[in-house]
Amino acid sequence: MGALDVDYMLGLVPVLLGYLPLTLQLASLGMVLALILACLFAVIRVQRIPVLNQFTVVFISFFRGTPLLVQLFLFYYGLPQLFSALTVIDGITATIMGLTMHFSAYMAESIRAAIVGVDRSQTEAALSIGMTNSQLMRRIILPQATRVALPTLMNYFIDMIKATSLAFTLGVTELMGATQKEASGSFLYFEAFIVAAIMYWIVVEMLSWLQGNLETRLNKAYSR
Amino acid sequence: MIELKGLRKQFGDAVVLDGIDLTIEKGEIVVIIGPSGTGKSTLLRCVNFLEQPTAGEITVGDLTVDVNRASKKDILSLRQQTAFVFQNYALFANKTALQNIAERLLVVDRWPKAKAYERAREILRRIGLEDKADAYPASMSGGQQQRVGIGRAMAAGAEVILFDEPTSSLDPEWVEEVLALMKQLAAERQTMMLVTHEMSFARDVADRVIFIDDGRIVEQGPPSEIFYHPKDPRTQDFLQKILATHQA
Repeated sequence: MGALDVDYMLGLVPVLLGYLPLTLQLASLGMVLALILACLFAVIRVQRIPVLNQFTVVFISFFRGTPLLVQLFLFYYGLPQLFSALTVIDGITATIMGLTMHFSAYMAESIRAAIVGVDRSQTEAALSIGMTNSQLMRRIILPQATRVALPTLMNYFIDMIKATSLAFTLGVTELMGATQKEASGSFLYFEAFIVAAIMYWIVVEMLSWLQGNLETRLNKAYSR
Repeated sequence: MIELKGLRKQFGDAVVLDGIDLTIEKGEIVVIIGPSGTGKSTLLRCVNFLEQPTAGEITVGDLTVDVNRASKKDILSLRQQTAFVFQNYALFANKTALQNIAERLLVVDRWPKAKAYERAREILRRIGLEDKADAYPASMSGGQQQRVGIGRAMAAGAEVILFDEPTSSLDPEWVEEVLALMKQLAAERQTMMLVTHEMSFARDVADRVIFIDDGRIVEQGPPSEIFYHPKDPRTQDFLQKILATHQA
């Protein structure tokens, strides 16, 4: 067993840090889009809007039922083959599309559960003062559901950050892709990947801390 | 003015309201009494379409709605011209006392923020909860929550406030403060339609008491008549039971 090349690892930190922003951008953009889509799906499912409801059921079933990697390959390699106009889809776009759709399917279900969990009396009170359905959703139900759904949604966000590493299979040089390149140049695989692993870990830990703060804030209204 | 004509409500085959005809004048305080499960709450809930009535006609102010031809807009206007006080308070859990009262003014009536909050503060003063403006429902007592519930109903400037057993969920220690607030409203001649088991409130405050059994109005009249000289045997029977348990 050889000794770890610590100098190499330290030198690698600033190099890999340069690729961290792309990883974070993929994840944050994916998360924002997935959240919007998931809220939409959840409301469609809860209010059983005809046609859209059936479409949503199939959509969720497909994107939960197939591996993310398969979905990414479908978007990146598959779609341009069917529709030549789609050859403009680059690796970054395909990754964001894949992350958005894959995670929106999971998130829609937890948002739906949180919405259904809001007490019926809240709906009646809102209707009794003359609110429309969409005002009821935006002002009363979704804010209360958010608090319930937050821990699960943050879990998905954490999962999504790690899932951005699959983008390297589409030729995107994000944190994982950059590490792979560095490692195959130096043959110091362990050193390179442990540096990358620690970087992912730190990002996720910071997020967990943020989650704790958010939960305290959202719980403010519910503590005696 | 409120007018109900031939109001019916069925749940499947079960007839809960069997043709209710009722007119309530502006400023009138009407208390509905009757055995459990005879459709008292359903009657209130049909007036603002929290339950979809099966047949009949509802008039609130200038708006007359045939319940089978009610458009979404009709239902919304009915709700905007009435206000509802719930048995379990049903305050918006994600909003403070002040926001609970201001919500309707902001969202439904689209008042500017400053004006809506000013009005909400004025109502908090009237219900004696000025110091609770920024408190969330979870941190308030049942009595305080129900007073905010009534405050929320007052904000509307509604034709009528519908009270659905407003003191039934309260611990005994909080009942008095809620009744006091309702008496204050009654003294201001706010039109009220109440379902309650507080017979002394009905006796002291109501202009008219309506006894309902099996989805029909059996007897109605001023409290002195209904409580002391009921004509129908069903009313007599009900009052005897109620008064017996109250004295026990």
